[in-house]
Amino acid sequence: MNKVWLIAAREYLTRVRKKTFILATLLTPVGIGLLMLAAAYFAKSGSDANKSILVKDDSGIIQDASVLDSETMTYTLSNSDTNTLKDSYNESADILVVIPPFDDLSEKSHQISYYSQEKLSIGTINKIEDAVGNQFREHKINSSDISMDTYNSFKTSIDLENGELLDQIAAGEDPKSSGKTGVIVGTILGGLMGFMMYMVIFVYGGMVMRSVMEEKINRIVEIMISSVKPIQLMLGKVIGVGGVGLTQLAIWLILTPAILFGVQHFFGGDLASTTGVTPDQLDQITSAADLSESKISSYIKEFKSLNWLLIIPVFVIFFFGGYFIYASLFAAIGSSIGDDMGESQQLMIPVSIPVVIAFMMLQPVLNNPNGNMAIFGSLFPLISPIIMPARLAFDPPMWQVALSIIILIISCVFFAWIAGRIYRVGILMYGKKVNAKEVLKWLFYKE
Amino acid sequence: MSVLSIQNVVKEYAGHKAVNNVSFDVPKGSIFGLLGPNGAGKTSLIRIITRITAADSGRILLNGKDISETLIREVGYLPEERGLYKKMMVGEQLVYLAQLKGLTKLEAASEIKYWLEKFDIKDWWTKKIEELSKGMQQKVQFIATVLHKPSLIILDEPFTGLDPVNTNLMKEEIYRLNAEGTSIIFSTHRMEQVEEICKDIVLIEKGQVILTGAVGEVKEQFKENLFKINTTQPLKSGSSAYAILNSDEEGTTIKISNDATSNDVLSEVIQSGNVVKSYAEVLPSLNDIFIKQINRI
Repeated sequence: MNKVWLIAAREYLTRVRKKTFILATLLTPVGIGLLMLAAAYFAKSGSDANKSILVKDDSGIIQDASVLDSETMTYTLSNSDTNTLKDSYNESADILVVIPPFDDLSEKSHQISYYSQEKLSIGTINKIEDAVGNQFREHKINSSDISMDTYNSFKTSIDLENGELLDQIAAGEDPKSSGKTGVIVGTILGGLMGFMMYMVIFVYGGMVMRSVMEEKINRIVEIMISSVKPIQLMLGKVIGVGGVGLTQLAIWLILTPAILFGVQHFFGGDLASTTGVTPDQLDQITSAADLSESKISSYIKEFKSLNWLLIIPVFVIFFFGGYFIYASLFAAIGSSIGDDMGESQQLMIPVSIPVVIAFMMLQPVLNNPNGNMAIFGSLFPLISPIIMPARLAFDPPMWQVALSIIILIISCVFFAWIAGRIYRVGILMYGKKVNAKEVLKWLFYKE
Repeated sequence: MSVLSIQNVVKEYAGHKAVNNVSFDVPKGSIFGLLGPNGAGKTSLIRIITRITAADSGRILLNGKDISETLIREVGYLPEERGLYKKMMVGEQLVYLAQLKGLTKLEAASEIKYWLEKFDIKDWWTKKIEELSKGMQQKVQFIATVLHKPSLIILDEPFTGLDPVNTNLMKEEIYRLNAEGTSIIFSTHRMEQVEEICKDIVLIEKGQVILTGAVGEVKEQFKENLFKINTTQPLKSGSSAYAILNSDEEGTTIKISNDATSNDVLSEVIQSGNVVKSYAEVLPSLNDIFIKQINRI
């Protein structure tokens, strides 16, 4: 066991000290931050240069142009002749908007026109439409018998929530049933796990594989194997590279939000407005979703009430288990091919298929988190690392969680055993084209 | 007593017997030549001794104990295909390999210092392997093989790629280690090196032992009663005691008949009035024995 740690430590240290590792680890969050900034910059420079708009209102609805104003758009009313304005608006404004006479209150759709030297973006058109539309609506309401308050009360939204949960909250108990928040948390956990598994497979699994190939090509493996058992070498490698992965993920998990927060902080208002969401819109969104304060606090309550003491450790167990299984498989692949990188790329595809299947299963499973597909997905070891964590927010039966973990652990041992048997033969095999049949035979070679 | 005793070892790969019922003993304190043509099963056998693979059947005793019960650090192995971690520093790498053999970091460091000084490469500790030439890497590899003070060292073609100066340096180290009591198995095709270095040999072909023993005994066993005689006048042919094979400036090579002795030959030559300047037995070279034995199979 001691030797496994020695090997793991070497694998870990040589990688973590590499300049490429340090750069990739630090630059990725910085890159994400820069990407956000760039997106914000382009969005800003693209659509939201300040525009001045001249309004010729023949309907008489707009009394005061300033009610139309928004952060980037300034409106001015003009009474001049429309034809004259068409020729001369560009002396004082970017855009001329002409509102024709309006008398029929029952009309739902209204055509107004604009004149502009430049083509207008969809965003600008929408903003003008919204601003003018709001005034039309208000005018219609004011001309009717309905008060503004009555009109506002017509806006309706239904929130369907788990009754048991609501009862528990009403009774002042800690909620035990899960509601919508569970779906959100489940989706996030499943998605996160799926993302991490992908990382594991394509980055760290590949790292294990390349490391095995390197030792084989280097011929150092013969010296290593005369000092340690092949399985020790393989396990050490898997553990060491796993440590590298954890380090990298941990740094990203800390740095990325920190950098994003920093970007937001320094370019705060800009970023919010330029990512396309204005404070107004934000208000609209929240009111549409009816996120009243009591609502939010109930979400928070429910979020807190999720069984994190179960979710976090089980998530970690499945992360390690999933990594271990896939990394072992990659070690076996690395050992059975020589120096042909192209061949190794091909062999990665079949190994990644279960992950793709798990991703496809994720949505149906979240829709029916205790259905048959969900149960199957939680028990099948190549898929369970993605499916089981996603289900944790939906109070799956404990026996399923336990059984799933037991199967995962047995699978880890099983796959390590298989991989180990392929590995110990593969690393000493040179200059021979290996096929699947050959590899199967290796499983049954004596030590 | 033997340091290593191989008893009826068999190893089969996919229906082909790479090692077929091999038995021989390596005497303690010997420099032992493991000989055989390419593909004879030397590497398979070495891999079994170094526990890289296991035998299908048979026993291997190291210092009288079954090899699976002995410590890994009792054996040092320099494989024919050398390899080191290219990106690692020399010191780091040697410490790591020594630790895997069971040394502590401290023990390893002091041993490594000793060896680096010995090879006059003290300042290499922080050099990366990839910065070294092949011959230099070989020195590092040699240190990795011996620094844990194994009782048995297995060297597979240790001198390939070395210049004459470094070959000599390494040879001296091998002799010195041997004088200190380390037994050495030396696997090579280079017969002149075997002749120069080895005390005992085993010859393997097609997975089987063809012959084994002390170098002198083997030569004795395969000698063909050949002698080289130098005389003032040419030897007469047609003698019943000997037959002339060839002659050159150094003399004439003769083969003595089975029922005659050197005394018979010499008295016959002297009685014929010829004067003997020198007379010596010609023992077969290991190379000749090797080729003859291999061709016989």
